[in-house]
Amino acid sequence: MDTHSESKSKTRHPLLAFAARWLLTTNHKEIGTLYLCLSFLLFFIAGSMAMFMRLELFEPGIQFIDPLYYNQILTLHGLIMVFGAVMPAFVGLANWLIPMMIGAPDMALPRMNNFSFWILPFAFALLLSTLFMEGGAPNFGWTFYAPLSTTYGPPSTDFFILGVHMMGISSILGAINIIVTIVNMRAPGMTYMKMPMFVWTWLITAFLLIMVMPVLAGVVTMMLTDRHFGTSFFEAAGGGDPVLFQHIFWFFGHPEVYIMILPGFGIASQIIPTFARKKLFGYHSMVYATLAIAVLSFVVWGHHMFTTGMPVFAELFIMYATMLIAVPTGVKIFNWVATMWRGSMTFETPMLFAIGFVMMFTIGGFSGLMLALVPADFQYHDTYFVVAHFHYVLYPGAIFGTMAAVYYWLPKWCGHMYDERLGKIHFWAATFAVNLTFFPMHFTGLAGMPRRIPDYSLQFADFNMVSSIGAGLLGLTQILFLYIVVTTIRGGRKATAQVWEGAEGLEWTIPSPAPLHTFSTPPVIAEGDYP
Amino acid sequence: MTSYAGGPKSGLMILLLWGIPEVVLGAKFDMRPGVTEMSERIQQIHHMGLWICVVVGIIVFGAMFYSMFAHRRSRNPTPATFTDSTLVEFIWTLIPVLILIGMAIPATTALRDIEDNENSDLTVLITASQWKWHYKYLASGISYYSNISTPQEQIDNLEPKDEFYLLDVDKPLVLPTNKKIRFLVTADDVIHSWWVPDFAVKQDAIPGFINEAWARIPVVGVFRGQCAELCGLKHAYMPIVVDVRPEAEFDAWIEEQRLAAELAGEAAVAARARTWAMDELLSIGEDVFTKHCSTCHERDGMGQGAKYPALAGSEIATGHIADHLARVMDGKADSEMQAWAPQLSDLEIAAVLTYERNSWGNDTGDIIQPLTVYEAR
Repeated sequence: MDTHSESKSKTRHPLLAFAARWLLTTNHKEIGTLYLCLSFLLFFIAGSMAMFMRLELFEPGIQFIDPLYYNQILTLHGLIMVFGAVMPAFVGLANWLIPMMIGAPDMALPRMNNFSFWILPFAFALLLSTLFMEGGAPNFGWTFYAPLSTTYGPPSTDFFILGVHMMGISSILGAINIIVTIVNMRAPGMTYMKMPMFVWTWLITAFLLIMVMPVLAGVVTMMLTDRHFGTSFFEAAGGGDPVLFQHIFWFFGHPEVYIMILPGFGIASQIIPTFARKKLFGYHSMVYATLAIAVLSFVVWGHHMFTTGMPVFAELFIMYATMLIAVPTGVKIFNWVATMWRGSMTFETPMLFAIGFVMMFTIGGFSGLMLALVPADFQYHDTYFVVAHFHYVLYPGAIFGTMAAVYYWLPKWCGHMYDERLGKIHFWAATFAVNLTFFPMHFTGLAGMPRRIPDYSLQFADFNMVSSIGAGLLGLTQILFLYIVVTTIRGGRKATAQVWEGAEGLEWTIPSPAPLHTFSTPPVIAEGDYP
Repeated sequence: MTSYAGGPKSGLMILLLWGIPEVVLGAKFDMRPGVTEMSERIQQIHHMGLWICVVVGIIVFGAMFYSMFAHRRSRNPTPATFTDSTLVEFIWTLIPVLILIGMAIPATTALRDIEDNENSDLTVLITASQWKWHYKYLASGISYYSNISTPQEQIDNLEPKDEFYLLDVDKPLVLPTNKKIRFLVTADDVIHSWWVPDFAVKQDAIPGFINEAWARIPVVGVFRGQCAELCGLKHAYMPIVVDVRPEAEFDAWIEEQRLAAELAGEAAVAARARTWAMDELLSIGEDVFTKHCSTCHERDGMGQGAKYPALAGSEIATGHIADHLARVMDGKADSEMQAWAPQLSDLEIAAVLTYERNSWGNDTGDIIQPLTVYEAR
């Protein structure tokens, strides 16, 4: 397939050949690169929206962005970070790594792979174009609660609905591809219980995706018919139920937050053993814990809705189920600590990011446990405490996980080592800035500051200023990351095949940079091989 | 009602943990205790959760830091080879389960008491709309709207911000002390959330639903909160102020309100009996417009884009009086333009119409009398 297009490209204009290569590629490595580049771009777009919000929140009063525009960038920041930055980054990593980790020549469905990527740029172009439409972009938060998003939504809501449908199709196709690849294309001898943890976590994530993305598609379709075709699913005046929206949305939304963290768990489980020079502790319990988290994620959606007037028994059931998630999550954290225990550790940048991931994700887990306590949730709900909570699980969680993965596998992808000194500066600066930004939000939330407001009363002023300064720094550190990634791709010390002294796994048996086609002949995994 | 339903054991545990943050951190970093028994209990549950997390965190992070120090390559060149242990997996599954059960018990008993809405002494119906609260005392029938009273100049940084910036309203909710007050919470348009942190009451206001919550407030004072659910453009600008008074003063206030309602009725009759001059109406109209209309349509009448149209030169504000009147009184379906007929008096509507038709370059010269509005009702 690829040699074919290469031979044809010789007669074409170089730009045309370049476009054709990336538009028509069916190679898992190239598609992985495309996903990662798109996610990086969208990360910066959504991140700059956060910069604008923090600028406005630097002081009380309205200085830079009026409430009308604030609500729009607040909504797009959330939507793009979730669907445009975190999810495509993980899918990109899956594309690059899963075939190499299981000894497969490519993804099982290469053309579908191309299709599921190329939907995304159009979906996000559509979403971003709403900023320039009459009536403005969607302004109801990434959770788009009805009826604010239906009866009261701006005209651009319909573009948002179409955009979400496109992202959903892309995710479902990508997930099917990953499942089919893992189930059918493992090298001989690689049983399920020999798969690397990253592959395991992605297999489970992919099942979550195909179970919940159709639910999201359903709820936006119901919105569409409420808006234009006279139905009243969520319209109280027509006999509908605004709370039904929240039930459906969070039935998607809660598994979705695990979709955004489970691959991160997998990344940490790959990196920590490498730099501890010791095998992952409790591999089997890691697999079962991930499965348990995934199953429990389907019965806890109501903890986003404790203040909607739920029956007390529903509140109790959801509270207990939510608290229960702390058990398998704890098992994972303890296993990582046990993996480090009596290892022989060095702290290169990927290891630093992985440890930062474990620690700060745990802080987000702790506040999550506190949020599960229904009576306390009545005070925390919809305040900055929640904002602090989910940014702790997403920024030092999902984003640090992705960055750890990039530092860890980038030498394999491009054949060059990054600058270790710059990588460490990036880690320490980002860690400092993340905590400076998000830790004070716990305090503003406990003091009573509601989330999603462009202006606040004077009692919250000092902590907000600290958060804004932290956010500015955090933005700058990611420009350093961009610089490191670009310079590493362009040149640098040559990487060996194994790259890291303690690395184990099939991807380290192939040369660096990884050739376009690998494992055309499947490797054989012997009985005694890992884990 | 002073008994803690968590039983002696959980009560003791809470007591041990209670109070530490005040000493260590000071109130600025902590959840407010509030003023009701329930809000204090909730703060204790918060402390319990917080300190359990802190202790677990110290143990786990301590182990990690120790390991990073002692098991780094320069100190420990040869790694160990152990890979699993069913026993430790069992132990670190069991211990968290026990801790969680310990946390769930006080949370469950507190929740049971929070959700007990029976035997109330007074019921207030709270109806949210964009972006104001409406309070109705069901027993006496008194009802009114409560709007933010922070001047726009303070929001725009033209004037210094006062102590209760964004937390002041024109008419607070007045409540008596030591009564079990039941709040019925609903909404007219989108979802809002009525939240007063000092009572630990946060209840979503959802169109088509009537949710319940309650509070028994033992102290006199003024307590402030904000809308806690994103409800559109002015979500940040719908504060809640509750003025808690001793029972006798509260009863006197109710009586006063009843008299005031009667007087307002008489004033309305008087208002439509006379003919008002242009400048009188313009002066009243400007006040009404500033308070109610300018949040969307802006003081200069230029609006904010297509969703909040300009009134300067608008077809409605310069066209037929009847259309203009209908739009103001009945609102516009499926938009944020509300029906103002129930919220404003005849005089206020007449004045604001007159103002809109004769400001910002609109020069219809029309004078609308309160009688016209009365007849249109």
